[in-house]
Amino acid sequence: MATVNLSQVVKRYGKLEVVHGIDLDIAHEEFVVLVGPSGCGKSTTLRMIAGLEEISGGEIRIGDRMVNELPPRARNVSMVFQNYALYPHMSVRENLGFSLKIAKQPTSTIDERVAEAADILGLSDLMDRTPAQLSGGQRQRVAMGRAIVRHPDVFLFDEPLSNLDAKLRVQMRTEIKRLHQKVRTTVVYVTHDQVEAMTLADRIVIMRDGYIEQVGSPLELFERPANTFVAGFIGSPPMNQVRARIAAKDGGPVVSITDSLDLPVPDRLRDQVRADQDVVLGFRAEDLMPEGHELKTDGALMRFKQTVSIAEPLGTETLLFTEFGRQEVLSKMFNPRPVAEGEEIGFALNIDRLHLFDAASGRSLEG
Amino acid sequence: MRPKTRLRRTLVWLGTLFVMAVICLPGAWIVFSAFRPNREILARPAIWWPEQFGLQNFMRMFGIGGEQIAIPVGSYFMNSLIIALTSTFVAVFIGMAGGYAFARFRFRGKNAIFLGLMLSRAVPGIALSLPLFMVWSRLGLIDTPLGLIIVYVAMNVPFTVWLTDGFFRQVPVEMSEAAQIDGCTRWQAFWRVEFPLARAGIASAGIFAFLISWNEYALASVLTRSTDSRTLPVGLMDFSAQFTIDWAGMCAMAVLIIIPALILTFIVQKHLIAGLTFGGVKG
Repeated sequence: MATVNLSQVVKRYGKLEVVHGIDLDIAHEEFVVLVGPSGCGKSTTLRMIAGLEEISGGEIRIGDRMVNELPPRARNVSMVFQNYALYPHMSVRENLGFSLKIAKQPTSTIDERVAEAADILGLSDLMDRTPAQLSGGQRQRVAMGRAIVRHPDVFLFDEPLSNLDAKLRVQMRTEIKRLHQKVRTTVVYVTHDQVEAMTLADRIVIMRDGYIEQVGSPLELFERPANTFVAGFIGSPPMNQVRARIAAKDGGPVVSITDSLDLPVPDRLRDQVRADQDVVLGFRAEDLMPEGHELKTDGALMRFKQTVSIAEPLGTETLLFTEFGRQEVLSKMFNPRPVAEGEEIGFALNIDRLHLFDAASGRSLEG
Repeated sequence: MRPKTRLRRTLVWLGTLFVMAVICLPGAWIVFSAFRPNREILARPAIWWPEQFGLQNFMRMFGIGGEQIAIPVGSYFMNSLIIALTSTFVAVFIGMAGGYAFARFRFRGKNAIFLGLMLSRAVPGIALSLPLFMVWSRLGLIDTPLGLIIVYVAMNVPFTVWLTDGFFRQVPVEMSEAAQIDGCTRWQAFWRVEFPLARAGIASAGIFAFLISWNEYALASVLTRSTDSRTLPVGLMDFSAQFTIDWAGMCAMAVLIIIPALILTFIVQKHLIAGLTFGGVKG
């Protein structure tokens, strides 16, 4: 069993605190992705789990062992680095077998495990090359191979795909997912790319400025972001966010964006709002649907006309830019037709899928 | 090829030839002189191209044949070898440890210490000769190989630290981290991964330290007196008597001094292949 538990983990560099007492429980064989903008403490957290950074406070447990004081070699974790960190003076075979050789395993075991890893990753033909003779994707695979030969308790990935070009990145992403299916192990994966996080993770941990903003499955984060930061981070394009104010009207509270544009507050949020509250209204681009291109939905729709300022055709969909009271919002048009800039078209907004956040704290008003 | 580029190439070649001639001529002159008799070297007008070319100077030096020079070349050679090799070994070892520390660790006063080390190289060695002589004579280190070894180690350490620091900096920290996660102690990570990758730098530090110790004259001339510790460069002066200088013998010995340095450089040269670190990480 290899669970990973962080409790009140703090990292300080001198007086500067970069990770502020985070708690996280990772289940056995779970694929957890730490995601956030640069400097959010995600890599530091990973390196603390690996033992490459000392822990300034709190406790990290791997399985049932407290590992705070253990050196990296005693934690039975393996790590794939952003720049791969392959040993340039060793062949692929030696790179893969290095950890077993250090552990003084018999040659037969080393050969067997190296062959197994090479087989899983399709490296068998490259065994006698040196890292310099490999392409980026191949180096990436060797780095992963080096991680799996040890049969570690936990796999750590530190932005492993960020050095690859876009096409290869998508390919290796799938490969990592496939690898996790084959080699069931607990994985902690760090990235700043939300698409990577969404596609790979069982659970995503969103971090900012050394705090955990939200933990949840990709869909949970997508459907119910806890605050405006998560809403703006997850999803592509990010959730539209519009400053607004709650106003009491006859039919119940409304979200007032401009004098002429009022939206009803969704039923589920009626009890959470109070009149004159400053809020941020959030909705996904796909919930603002151009007329004639609506998705099937049970939700209540509100219809109005808007002028399109910019249209960005992406093939399967076109992104339409329009304004809610001088604040730019995006709409996704599926099965797109050509849209001229300045064209006025009707939109249907799915009211049930609106999100409201408190303007001051940024927190979701969801109960 | 167009005439213009051809002319240009020719000019470049001629220029290179001239520069090389300026650099190499003194050395070549010494080598030539080593094989000529004194008579020919001192002749007026000068004899440019050797007429009597032979090994007589070397035979004299090693006491082969009738004529001999009363200079203990063998002892000088052994002294030089022992002193240069020992001091190089120690200086490289200390330099490696220091360079690694400067490249990898954060500690208080790091920059000041590094600057101090570099500044210590700025002091002309000869300015230290008198104080060194006084201290060494108190300690009984005058005219001992150990005395010179200590001096040469002190001279070379700042340089070896600086050079290996640069090479360790080129080895990504992740190499060591990957090795530690792979089960190495920090010590193992160093010897199995970082040391092999910085070998080129350590080898060049070794060559430079050896050459500096091997060729050093000023301090050795002050601190050595007898065959117990006198080194080859100082031994050269044995060829100058009150009224005469045996240029032929001196040149022959100079050639003898050059040879081991050349051999060592050739041996270590193959380790000087840089660029070994490329490929392990995204370049």
